[in-house]
Amino acid sequence: MSTEVQSATVIKAPSEPLFSKKNIKVLKDPLSDNNPVTVQVLGICSALAVTTQVMPSLIMAISVIFVSAFSNLIISAIRNGIPNRIRIIVQLVVIATLVTLVDQVLKAYMYDVSKKLSVFVGLIITNCIIMGRLEAFAMQKKPWPSFLDGIGSGAGYGLVLLFIGVFRELFGSGSLMGYKIVPDWAYEMGYVNNGLMMLPPAALFLIGIYIWIQRSLNKSLVNVS
Amino acid sequence: MKALRSLIDKIKPNFEKGGKLEKFWVVFDGLETFLFVPKHANHNGVHVRDGIDLKRTMFTVIIAMIPALLFGMWNVGYQHYTAYGEASTLMDNFIFGAIKVLPIIIVSYGVGLGIEFLVAGMKGHSINEGYLVTGMLIPLILPVTVPLWMVAFASAFTVIIGKEVFGGTGFNIMNPALLARAFLFFAFPAYMSGEIWVAMDPAKTLVDGYSGATSLVYFDEGASALTSNISTTDMFMGTIKGSIGETSTLAILLGGLYLIYTGVGSWRIMTGVFAGGYLMGLLFNFLAGSAYPGMAVPAHFHLIIGGFAFGAVFMATDPVSAAQTNRGKWIYGLAIGAFTVILRVFNPAYPEAMMLSILFFNVFAPLIDYMVVQRHIKTRLKSAYQ
Repeated sequence: MSTEVQSATVIKAPSEPLFSKKNIKVLKDPLSDNNPVTVQVLGICSALAVTTQVMPSLIMAISVIFVSAFSNLIISAIRNGIPNRIRIIVQLVVIATLVTLVDQVLKAYMYDVSKKLSVFVGLIITNCIIMGRLEAFAMQKKPWPSFLDGIGSGAGYGLVLLFIGVFRELFGSGSLMGYKIVPDWAYEMGYVNNGLMMLPPAALFLIGIYIWIQRSLNKSLVNVS
Repeated sequence: MKALRSLIDKIKPNFEKGGKLEKFWVVFDGLETFLFVPKHANHNGVHVRDGIDLKRTMFTVIIAMIPALLFGMWNVGYQHYTAYGEASTLMDNFIFGAIKVLPIIIVSYGVGLGIEFLVAGMKGHSINEGYLVTGMLIPLILPVTVPLWMVAFASAFTVIIGKEVFGGTGFNIMNPALLARAFLFFAFPAYMSGEIWVAMDPAKTLVDGYSGATSLVYFDEGASALTSNISTTDMFMGTIKGSIGETSTLAILLGGLYLIYTGVGSWRIMTGVFAGGYLMGLLFNFLAGSAYPGMAVPAHFHLIIGGFAFGAVFMATDPVSAAQTNRGKWIYGLAIGAFTVILRVFNPAYPEAMMLSILFFNVFAPLIDYMVVQRHIKTRLKSAYQ
């Protein structure tokens, strides 16, 4: 009897290596097969709003990666101490703190970009991807996989943002990251920048095309979501 | 005819399964059925078919568009020579217009059909005739000065995003031709509005007091500006500036009558659109105040200005994207007409509201049908249990 109890306490789950296969999968899945924007269809709103140029998309992507990674880490670390009834409020406090941090850093060091992103940095708080990952992942899993999941989800979001941003800036204003790409002679020949690309519907079309390509490459995604 | 038939029969084995050019079967089949009545028979069971198939429907619409197209060509020339104060004969106008308009038609058909052939080849189904009408509608609702690469771009956009994504002809949720126009309108606003309606010649000098805008600009200045600048007869006959095919209400109505006579276009939708626009115009006349000068524009002006008639006859009646139930068609038509007038009067940014309101109610058409059917079920159930 007593020996049994002793042996039970001794047997612990073997400690996983930091980048085990499972953890790598957690990190990589959101980039393709479980992309938060194109498969889970979350965070569409800011994907339409901030992607007129590459630079704001990039900053937005980095901000979301930062917020989702660290909110996942913090919530996962304290997950056993959070009373279930007020967990949403606790999650929001953590996210809001991190977002305020990002906002202040942007205002201090990248004022121009911060002005372009305007209210959308603050709105990361309501970005469904972050809340979704907290509820679905961080509340059940250990801190390290949660952290990786946060990075993965944020990167998956950022990947779509960059894809849209590149196309919208290239066709909408003929440049990339502010550098002119379309040469002057093209304008003289009669080429005109596509004004539709500067409007939010263009981002919706592009996300649609992204989803279309993604699902025609991977049939298992068809009719998921 | 016989020589053509025997030629086709001679080369046909090359394209059939196992032939050298098997890959091009889709293209061959498309051309053969375009030229001759197809001999395809079905293999299981008898089907009763009406003589009117998709191809004949499409051709009926194209025939109905011919008056508007011919008048549009003439008007392109007429507007050009008038702008420079030169005298011109009927033939001069017509030839000038044809030179300007035909390239747009060729580009629209070439790009659109090219993509349709490609997609049909990829998916392995036969080409259908859905694009025949769209390809003609697109040039008719564009200004004559539109650059050709934009026409190509818009045709490609509308065929891929507007139609093939949803599954091809018969599955599109919006009118493809209007989608092409909306695409250009938002993508290249400088080429779709303003003083772009007349084909210019930089070598010549304009007449004094020339204005290149359409009659829609007078909306914001009120009824008196409209009536003093353009006569009602001009607007009805169509000797005004505008997109190629949309100016002449008379030519469009001729086409509309043909569509109603053949039963291809729904008279309920056409009547509904005109009635909706007229009634809403009357309501605004009654309520007219100083804040919105457009409210005082006489109701019948709404029907002959801009693309209203063209949209009512050729766009709203598109059998795929319109409402299907009879009562739904009335609601759909009335709503389009009324909404067009509301947009024209209250939103100076989009004077050509016909395009936007048709697209808007295309989206609502399934909902209208659903409500009509549900209401019908409810009333029938009520009377059944009494």
